[in-house]
Amino acid sequence: MDHRPQAWGRPRDDVYGAYDHSYFQNTGPRQATQAPIVTGTSVIAIKYKDGVVMAADNLASYGSLARFPDVKRLRVFLDSSVIGFSGDVSDMQFLDRHLTELSIDEAYEDPSSDNKGHLNAANLHKYLQKFLYKRRNDFDPLWNQLLIAGFDGDAKPYLASVDLRGTSFTSPSLATGFGSALAQPIMRRYAATEEDAAKLTREQAVEVVKECMKVLYYRDARSLDRYSIAVVTKEGVELKEDEQLEKQSWAFAERIKGYGTQTV
Amino acid sequence: MFRNNYDNDSVTFSPQGRIFQVEYAAEAVKQGSVVVGIASKTHAVLVAIKRNAEELSSYQKKLFPIDEHVGIAIAGLTSDARVLSNFMKQQCLGHRLTYGRNMPVRTLVDMIGSKAQINTQHYGKRPYGVGLLVAGVDDHGPHLFEFQPSGMTEEMVAFAIGARSQMARTYLEKNLEAFADCGREELIRHGLKALKESLVQDRELTIDNTSVAIVGVEKQEDGTTKPQPFKVYDGQDVSAWIESVADNAEAAPAAAEGDGMDVDS
Repeated sequence: MDHRPQAWGRPRDDVYGAYDHSYFQNTGPRQATQAPIVTGTSVIAIKYKDGVVMAADNLASYGSLARFPDVKRLRVFLDSSVIGFSGDVSDMQFLDRHLTELSIDEAYEDPSSDNKGHLNAANLHKYLQKFLYKRRNDFDPLWNQLLIAGFDGDAKPYLASVDLRGTSFTSPSLATGFGSALAQPIMRRYAATEEDAAKLTREQAVEVVKECMKVLYYRDARSLDRYSIAVVTKEGVELKEDEQLEKQSWAFAERIKGYGTQTV
Repeated sequence: MFRNNYDNDSVTFSPQGRIFQVEYAAEAVKQGSVVVGIASKTHAVLVAIKRNAEELSSYQKKLFPIDEHVGIAIAGLTSDARVLSNFMKQQCLGHRLTYGRNMPVRTLVDMIGSKAQINTQHYGKRPYGVGLLVAGVDDHGPHLFEFQPSGMTEEMVAFAIGARSQMARTYLEKNLEAFADCGREELIRHGLKALKESLVQDRELTIDNTSVAIVGVEKQEDGTTKPQPFKVYDGQDVSAWIESVADNAEAAPAAAEGDGMDVDS
């Protein structure tokens, strides 16, 4: 028996054979993230007349395996903005910790009694854009696409996206991943322009988002029927993290041909 | 013979628990000409006496814009102030680039505070020989901060630093209650009156030796507030204000009050 501290916790050579130390070598080139591993699928969001509605399902997939069915992908920032994460979940968790630090710093510097800080959604989006772009310039990108919802400096509803390359844009409605193909066209029917979005009521916006989540569950194989939905208003953020898709109808599935084991 | 052995550097305490280099730096601030700052609910103003080295030379500037929403008044070594001013300008620009907003004034002042404090605790460094009044606006409205070479920073309602500034501070203390609700013109006049208190006997405010700077928030028609950028007024632009606080103008106060002087053109 080998009692040296170096051998503690190692598989015994006499039982398992010599340990393969090549796994410990780190002389090769440093590799940054080459691909996302555990991923979250689409995030969708739409503006309405006095706020923004955002939703994302609670699934983190490992490839095509539905690995973690209770991962919350919407994050509230300073009780005034919401960030939705799609893409790599570990990078999302890194960003989440980073944002917690940022919000603590921001609240700490705020002398007012509510101690909330005043980094609004537009400021936050600008910051995250610089952050992700910096990481892509280091050839070590954070493999996410984010949606940021809240209010800008003029207290108008604000919705913007930033991706792993630092590309950023805003629109009355936004969707990441598969959602940009499946949900975005539906949302555009209700809010094609800022003017249209400014006419939507909260109930309408929530209804549209729920409808889109259903379509995504029908057609996106990496999705789940449990989801989170957040409504950002001037009063704050209302976040519900364990919603269930209602009134599903799979009748259309019978007519789908050409997949799976069927031969005709 | 009576050489002080404890003032060679800023890392050594005297047996009385003092750090002489830091105290000497504070003396440098008192050598500079006086600057006064006042903050109300809507505005923050800085006013200053400029000095010229000799009759034929120009006057040394005392008020400097840092960013759209902040500016400083300096008393002490101008060259040290230049370093701090450049640093503050860079930080404000950097903040604007990464967050797309004006840097909160307290954040900015804390930064120069930390920067100056480091100089008081390292061998071979010296404290800055300059004191600042920092005036600016952010989401919480107008602010006035005092900065000392020791690294101390503090938010003030009104303050004066520089030569004979005690006289100005006495004026400010007497009128303290009035400042909060002052408008822009009224606040400037209070500033100039405080400035006059600290003038030596036969000197007076002229358009050559007086500087005024204003920053504030303006109420918009829709009820929201909008920052009014930091702006420095010199020369002819300050003549109306100087006249309004002249000793013989006290009887008929402020011809230009109310309608707001047209000095922007």
